[in-house]
Amino acid sequence: MRRWLGPGVVFAAFVGAWYLLHYVVLSDARAFLLPPPHAVVDQAFLTWKVGGGTGLAALAGGGLADQLTALWLSSRVAGLGLVLSIALGMGLAVVMSTAKWVEDALFPYAVAVQAMPILAFVPLIGVLFGFDFSSRVLVCVIISIFPIISNTLFGLQSVQASQLELFALAGASRWTVLWKLRLPAALPAIFAGLRISAGLSVIGAVVGDFFFRQGQPGIGQLIDRYRASLAYEQMYGSVILSALLGIAVFWAFGWLRDRAVGAWADPE
Amino acid sequence: MSPTAEPAVAFAGASMTFPDGTRALDGIDLSVRPGELVALVGPSGCGKSTMLRLAAGLETPTAGLVSVDRAAMAFIFQEATLLPWRRVQGNVELLAELSGLGPDERRRRATEALQLVGLTGFEGHFPRQLSGGMKMRVSLARALVQQPRLFLFDEPFAALDEIGRERLQGETRDLFVRQGFAGLFVTHSIPEAVFLSTKVVVLTARPGRIAASFEVPFGEDRPAGLRFEPEFARLAGEVRAALEGGS
Repeated sequence: MRRWLGPGVVFAAFVGAWYLLHYVVLSDARAFLLPPPHAVVDQAFLTWKVGGGTGLAALAGGGLADQLTALWLSSRVAGLGLVLSIALGMGLAVVMSTAKWVEDALFPYAVAVQAMPILAFVPLIGVLFGFDFSSRVLVCVIISIFPIISNTLFGLQSVQASQLELFALAGASRWTVLWKLRLPAALPAIFAGLRISAGLSVIGAVVGDFFFRQGQPGIGQLIDRYRASLAYEQMYGSVILSALLGIAVFWAFGWLRDRAVGAWADPE
Repeated sequence: MSPTAEPAVAFAGASMTFPDGTRALDGIDLSVRPGELVALVGPSGCGKSTMLRLAAGLETPTAGLVSVDRAAMAFIFQEATLLPWRRVQGNVELLAELSGLGPDERRRRATEALQLVGLTGFEGHFPRQLSGGMKMRVSLARALVQQPRLFLFDEPFAALDEIGRERLQGETRDLFVRQGFAGLFVTHSIPEAVFLSTKVVVLTARPGRIAASFEVPFGEDRPAGLRFEPEFARLAGEVRAALEGGS
């Protein structure tokens, strides 16, 4: 009961602030920019399909059916992007951990990829991978890979010198040291990185949608379309869904962490 | 297991100068046979730990020789160096596992070793559930599984409280008497050195040379109360005098 008190109070304050903005802060002429929560829920989630009639809103469509379809597509982009980030990021970190010069050679690029303005590479990526699903996944990987690389590397290097000596005295091979010492020791750090990357992969899926617009629309495309047609109830609905997706993956990786290392690792 | 057996480790004129020019050890001659437990004491930074690292093969002497049968050697670190993701059983089996021993034999030896250190019943615990003293016992058990002829101890009890420390000293004595291994024990504590060992070797300040060595006259059976006997205090005082004279 107490556990839900804090989140409940903050949630009520959040909804209250939203209403305050709509009814008090914004002038009547501008209040349409932020429809009240009940209108968003009603039109984006409680209406199955918006359609018929004329006008911009009808053109843009909307309703739960469209929202869920887009959410599903974005989830697939985020999920696949995250899986690729994990495989590639952990692989790169293991390679970097083998020697200081390898780390020095590769790590700057990992940092650069994180800071790279994707916009500049849209034409190139589009030509190489097409303007639909694959390119969105690639954007997702670019945005979400860094925390996995850096946390895995940090974790692999966090092993105590005396533990390495223990393995060295036992004549353990590099492979054995990696498999039985470095990787398990790195797991808590890896899971901390995974949680961050999972959230970023959702952002990546939405952002990728803005740049690569062919094929089925995901949440990002939906947001852009609703924005352009002033369908703000639908737009905020999409925003809420992508936030919920972010919370869901964050929570899922926290759960996974507790299962995997909760018994022995220090709590975060 | 008599002291006339082949030395388990022998230093012959061993010297160690680090690449930065620091002279850690100078002309060390010392051998330890099965049935001997030699305590190394000396001022901080005198190269005691370097001697252990030479014996373990973690460093190579820059002059002289260190001969040792590393196949039958166990190193007890200052920290317990347990793997936090392995339960006690898995930790105790680790070194046997790394050396390729079969699972059945591993389990049998681990059970035996845990019994020797008094941790039967804790097989399923994770290290973070154990006290400092218990972790050190697991570390001892892990070493025992290798059935070593030579034990190298690098201030293993330094982080423990006084009670836990004395208890582990007693248990280490018991293990030594029962197993008859050769031991080299680095410590900062003079009472610990005198209580545990058959011989106390005092090193000088850097570069470490052997300043004095004392045969410890007490027999195999050493009750905890030995620490309060006048003879014990007298020997400890002599070691202290040598230590102060050498630094």
